[in-house]
Amino acid sequence: MNGTLKRVAVACMVMFGLLMVNVNYLQAVKAEEFREDNRNFRRFFERYENQRGRIIAGNEVLAESVDTDGEIRFERRYRNGRLYAHVLGFFAPESERGIEATENKLLDGTSADLIVRRAVDLITNKPTRGADIELTIDPRAQRAAYEALRRAGRKGAVVALDPKTGAIKAMVSLPTYDPNQLAVPNKGKVAQAYNKLDADPDQPLLNRAIETTYAPGSTFKVVTTAALLEEDDTVGPQTLVDAPQVLDLPGTTVGLPNYAGAACGSGRVTLQFALEKSCNTPFAKIGMELGYEKMKEQAARFGIGEPLQIPLNVAASSIGKKEDQAALAQASIGQRSVQMTPLQMAMVAAAVANDGTVMKPYLVDKVVSPDGDTLDETEPDELSEAMSSDAARKLRQMMVSVVSQGTATAAQIPGISVGGKTGTAETSDNAPPHAWFIGFAPAENPKVAVCVFVQSGAAGDRATGGATAAPVAREVMRAVLQR
Amino acid sequence: MSADAASAVPMTPKRRGAQLFMLAFAIGIIMAAYASVGLGMNGQVPAGMLTYGLGLGGLMLVAYLVLAKFAPWADPLILPLVTLVNGIGLVMIYRIENAPYENGASATQQITWTALGIVMFTVTLLVLRDHRVLQRFTYTAGALGVVLLLLPLLPFIGVELNGARIWINVGFSVQPGEFAKLALVVFFAGYLVAKRNVLALVGRRLLFIDLPRARDLGPVLVVWGISVGILVLQKDLGTSLLLFGGFISMLYIATGRTAWVLIGLLLFVGGAFVAGQIFSHVGDRFEVWLDPGNNEFYTRAAGGSYQLMEGLFGLGSGGILGTGLGQGHPYRIPLAFSDFIFPAVGEELGLTGLMALLMCYALIVERGLRTALAARDPFSKLLAGGLSFILAWQVFIIIGGVTNLIPLTGLVTPFMSQGGSALLANWILIALLVRMSDAARRPPPQAIQDEGLTQVMQR
Repeated sequence: MNGTLKRVAVACMVMFGLLMVNVNYLQAVKAEEFREDNRNFRRFFERYENQRGRIIAGNEVLAESVDTDGEIRFERRYRNGRLYAHVLGFFAPESERGIEATENKLLDGTSADLIVRRAVDLITNKPTRGADIELTIDPRAQRAAYEALRRAGRKGAVVALDPKTGAIKAMVSLPTYDPNQLAVPNKGKVAQAYNKLDADPDQPLLNRAIETTYAPGSTFKVVTTAALLEEDDTVGPQTLVDAPQVLDLPGTTVGLPNYAGAACGSGRVTLQFALEKSCNTPFAKIGMELGYEKMKEQAARFGIGEPLQIPLNVAASSIGKKEDQAALAQASIGQRSVQMTPLQMAMVAAAVANDGTVMKPYLVDKVVSPDGDTLDETEPDELSEAMSSDAARKLRQMMVSVVSQGTATAAQIPGISVGGKTGTAETSDNAPPHAWFIGFAPAENPKVAVCVFVQSGAAGDRATGGATAAPVAREVMRAVLQR
Repeated sequence: MSADAASAVPMTPKRRGAQLFMLAFAIGIIMAAYASVGLGMNGQVPAGMLTYGLGLGGLMLVAYLVLAKFAPWADPLILPLVTLVNGIGLVMIYRIENAPYENGASATQQITWTALGIVMFTVTLLVLRDHRVLQRFTYTAGALGVVLLLLPLLPFIGVELNGARIWINVGFSVQPGEFAKLALVVFFAGYLVAKRNVLALVGRRLLFIDLPRARDLGPVLVVWGISVGILVLQKDLGTSLLLFGGFISMLYIATGRTAWVLIGLLLFVGGAFVAGQIFSHVGDRFEVWLDPGNNEFYTRAAGGSYQLMEGLFGLGSGGILGTGLGQGHPYRIPLAFSDFIFPAVGEELGLTGLMALLMCYALIVERGLRTALAARDPFSKLLAGGLSFILAWQVFIIIGGVTNLIPLTGLVTPFMSQGGSALLANWILIALLVRMSDAARRPPPQAIQDEGLTQVMQR
């Protein structure tokens, strides 16, 4: 029987051989496919297997992963989630948003910067932890901005910058949402919550500070003034400019009036007076005289026209395409097709405050490894030179008088000289205007530049930059300056 | 056997020292794996590690001493290999029990059954001093096997679980099919030794194949009938395939007629085809086998591919090296502690672990077949060959099933799946192999002095 037994032995060998080949095929060749399969819940668990890094602002921990000791090991929690939602974003079961998305590789520890750390963890058998992200946000300023903006209106945005570095001190967008409800480790619940937010006509998911653009209204006159000062360095605050009650627009039958059709002084006023009272006609005329190219060039020097990463994606602002002179006149006062993000307008104010230099705005201050070593620290970076320091000085002087005796008196802070410019932007014929304010303080040594934007309809029909937006800016600046 | 020939045969080394070392090595691996589960899950060595490890070690030491005393020439590798496989199964069940939720795995129960299994092994070795007495119980064993198979069909004590009626409840659950497997192999061996000359007779020659005589088809048809009966009445594809395959292979070993294998294959394929047409669960399994990833099958509530795919996802996530014990999610595979313990091991120990595990099984089978080759009488050859093959066949059916090499049929993974009946039955199977390897490797009595042509009788 040995002959047949040997043949049976060969059959057994073939059976084990087949099993082995098959296991090799499954675990070496097909493994990737099984791992990546959507139905493989292990992908889902893996997301929560390692302790994700924290997101910190000042001394406050804004986002952290909490060990649940359950099947879902670490759950993401946000403290004061509604306050920071648009900056932090959220860590959803299948995707991320905001800083959680842009810094994902550092936070989850897979970044190449952490490769040594991971190797050490592997050897010492310690679980991998992600790096902490320290934001430039000042929690006091953020809270002040949030509270003040909520009082001013339901929809809008606030951005505060350190004009000397570009560090973003506050970034608030309203309406907001609770990122915790989008970070629960349950695909169904998150999808439901997300769809509800996504369908909301008020667009709570939208970061109004950077993701979309609005007509900036009169705040844009700062850009027009900068263009004039750059064009002719003999021009100063006391230079006289034409300020008719209605400006004839070439090629049209309608004229361009001042706000509410009012007169502007005697019809020939100083540049400073025109800015203080926010007259439309002088700036429309200045814009037409300078021409589209010069206006466009000046805008570009403020950074307008280019998208940015801070590291969140910032939509590109624009002054619109070249049209006729009538269109240019309207563009010069921030109407027509001029479209700005609130961050861009904060950058304009910051450039004026910082002697004409635009610093690249940024949100991430430091990346800190789990054991406390600083892996990366953002160096302030110049984005562009918007104007000469002389022009900036003149513009600063004029903006200070806008706050001290012009349309923006509501932005005054006792004992500190504040510079600013209001804007009340018409959106369409019958809709209420957007209310804007851009400014900086203290004027002699600026520590903060700010932009407040209250969206059309959010603060009633009578919203104006001076009455609605300027007080918000005052609160934010006071918080940053700790006054 | 002449004296010259006998003296030319070198003394087979007993290799008891090697066996003791291998046993200690196996226990060491198991304890390390046990500690690794704890470290992987919560960074602590499980409290019971030393108790369980030493307990298992003590039991193995007793088994070893009994083996050394009562089967001194036994194959040195079988016991350590089986210990290792059983231990890895134990560790895996312990790991699956420690899941975030209740899932039916119970390491304590399995440890108890393992201990009982080792006791059964020892008792079998003690009681059965010569396995050839089993030949005398050929028909008793056959009758016992059939009765055991029929037990789950009886009212009151028969229990249907997970769609198959293979359990009886006598205070605790028993799966009599596992014991029936042993009884039937004993019966097949005894029966075929007696009838093999008749069954080997050639009837007519068709093409290149010598067909057996038509009247000799009887026994094959009877076993086939029983297999189909299991399939129909108990809805147990696995056992049906196991028994029929086992019988055909033994028939082949005994007669050397390839025709029997072909006839068996035809009968089985025919039976399976008809069953697939009649019973939806058989057809479903086949459909799933062809395209397990199909979402339609994945989401199908009954007879779908969910369990199979979960196992494959586990294997995929394990990859080459595995997640490490205690660090994967094997408990998410339904029945990970029983039928699907193999993919569960694959997830945490990876391809590396599975290859080692398959190698262990292959070596056990190889030692068994070697015993069959070395055995000196046809009954021992058939019994050892049959037991070895049926072990390999069972491993192939269940592991091939859960890795989608062949359609999935439920069977116990020998020595690994949670369940007392299978553990006891398989430990007895190993005791039989060890007993036979002792007989096969025992050197023939040596002549005290050269007595010329005096014949040495060997019982």
